[in-house]
Amino acid sequence: MPVEPMVVLDGVHKRYGDTAVLSGLDLRVERGEHVTLIGPSGSGKTTILRLLMGLEAVDAGTIHVGGRCLTHMRRRGAVVPADEKHARAVRRTIGMVFQQFNLFPNMTVLGNLIEAPVRVLGMSEAEATRRAAELLELVGLTDKTHERPTRLSGGQQQRVAIARALAMRPEVLLLDEVTSALDPELVAGVLRLLRLIGESSDITILCVTHEIGFARDFADRVLMFDGGSIVEDGPPERLLVEPRVPRTKEFLAAVLEGR
Amino acid sequence: MLDNLPLILSSLAAGVPPTVFAAVGGIALTIALSAVAGLALLSRHRAVRAVSRVYVEFFRGTSEVVQLFWIFFVLPALVGYQIVPLAAGIVVLGLNHGAYGAEIVRGAVRSVPRAQYDACTALSLSPWDRMRRVVLPQAVVEMLPSFTNLFIQLLKSTALLSLVVVDEIVRRGQLLVPNLGVGEKLTIYLVELLLYLGLAVLVTSGMRLLERRAAARVGRPPTAARSGFATGVAM
Repeated sequence: MPVEPMVVLDGVHKRYGDTAVLSGLDLRVERGEHVTLIGPSGSGKTTILRLLMGLEAVDAGTIHVGGRCLTHMRRRGAVVPADEKHARAVRRTIGMVFQQFNLFPNMTVLGNLIEAPVRVLGMSEAEATRRAAELLELVGLTDKTHERPTRLSGGQQQRVAIARALAMRPEVLLLDEVTSALDPELVAGVLRLLRLIGESSDITILCVTHEIGFARDFADRVLMFDGGSIVEDGPPERLLVEPRVPRTKEFLAAVLEGR
Repeated sequence: MLDNLPLILSSLAAGVPPTVFAAVGGIALTIALSAVAGLALLSRHRAVRAVSRVYVEFFRGTSEVVQLFWIFFVLPALVGYQIVPLAAGIVVLGLNHGAYGAEIVRGAVRSVPRAQYDACTALSLSPWDRMRRVVLPQAVVEMLPSFTNLFIQLLKSTALLSLVVVDEIVRRGQLLVPNLGVGEKLTIYLVELLLYLGLAVLVTSGMRLLERRAAARVGRPPTAARSGFATGVAM
């Protein structure tokens, strides 16, 4: 029996003003799959994550997550664009980690971790705190539980942000250039943590990154983007080593030359 | 000239409680109106924004003195009910400064970075929780310094209440003036200046305390220190 894909994009169009960022994109991501999105900036990778997270609305096309439609809903038999409430219900299974961490500065690390589980999932504060303690242990920041996020290093803030996303027990995790804002010596720690999460859970992960080395051993599948569409799609050991499309070849050469 | 000093002091001092009462009442009303009107200016609903906009523009754009005369002299003639002078004063002070405060609240809420909203969406927080738990606590830090200015202006505006016979500091002084000489007038006005200055210093120190505590709550140094403004004092 065929298992339904975790994420399905059908003919997704998105434009900002006069620029078409995505034009008719189709994408399927299987349950538990780790997909890495690479490509030059402006190629639409981050836009896909933002559409999935509901931070932007599609201009045309549909997105399904876990079999439920994110972009549209049924009302009296008709299919209409999803309202805020419907979208929020579907989004609950999706978590996202941002390039700039986006922690809440008005809460402690613990506060950041328990806020949504308590208010959105209706967890008791004690239960959420217990879960937060486990996650802080996982990300190695138990001693920072009661610190303010602004007092942490970038790498530590990003690890808190990862823990905060995991606290919502997402089925899909979106990672948007999570190491791009970090000092070089802090990158390795965050990538190690992501590998650990990738190995020890069955979360479906979509990851936009410029870390080709990380993409190679983390991903089951790499998507090369250019000009708003997928120009190459394949397993990392093939796509990153022997790209078939000239554009991928060029891009990889440019990225690798940069280091 | 100094023979009358005790009289002048005790007479003007008797004006302090009404002045303080008017200021505190005005500030309380200002806070409430600023919050309601400021958030209304940010509403998704056009009608709500419009109502709030009309309130802000009307009270910002008309004279405080004329508003006071309306509420004290014209309104009673229309509704047949005379409002207590002090209460009329508090209402006008609050309505007026609330209009300015609404813009402060609106500006501060809009200054909270877009990224914080993104994070709330990613965690599925409801718009209500997002405002109450994430945006407002950060916006309050931004708005406090502006509110310090506004409250000091409000304090000084309480002098207008002398026009509707509230026995506050200025009116007490006016009652003394006709019976005294030039030197004593000078004393009266000097004491009045000092009384307002003293009260303003109280407002400022109270607000500074709040600013520091609020800034610490979002994990950053107080605004003045950040801008380097307090260098001479703090360093």
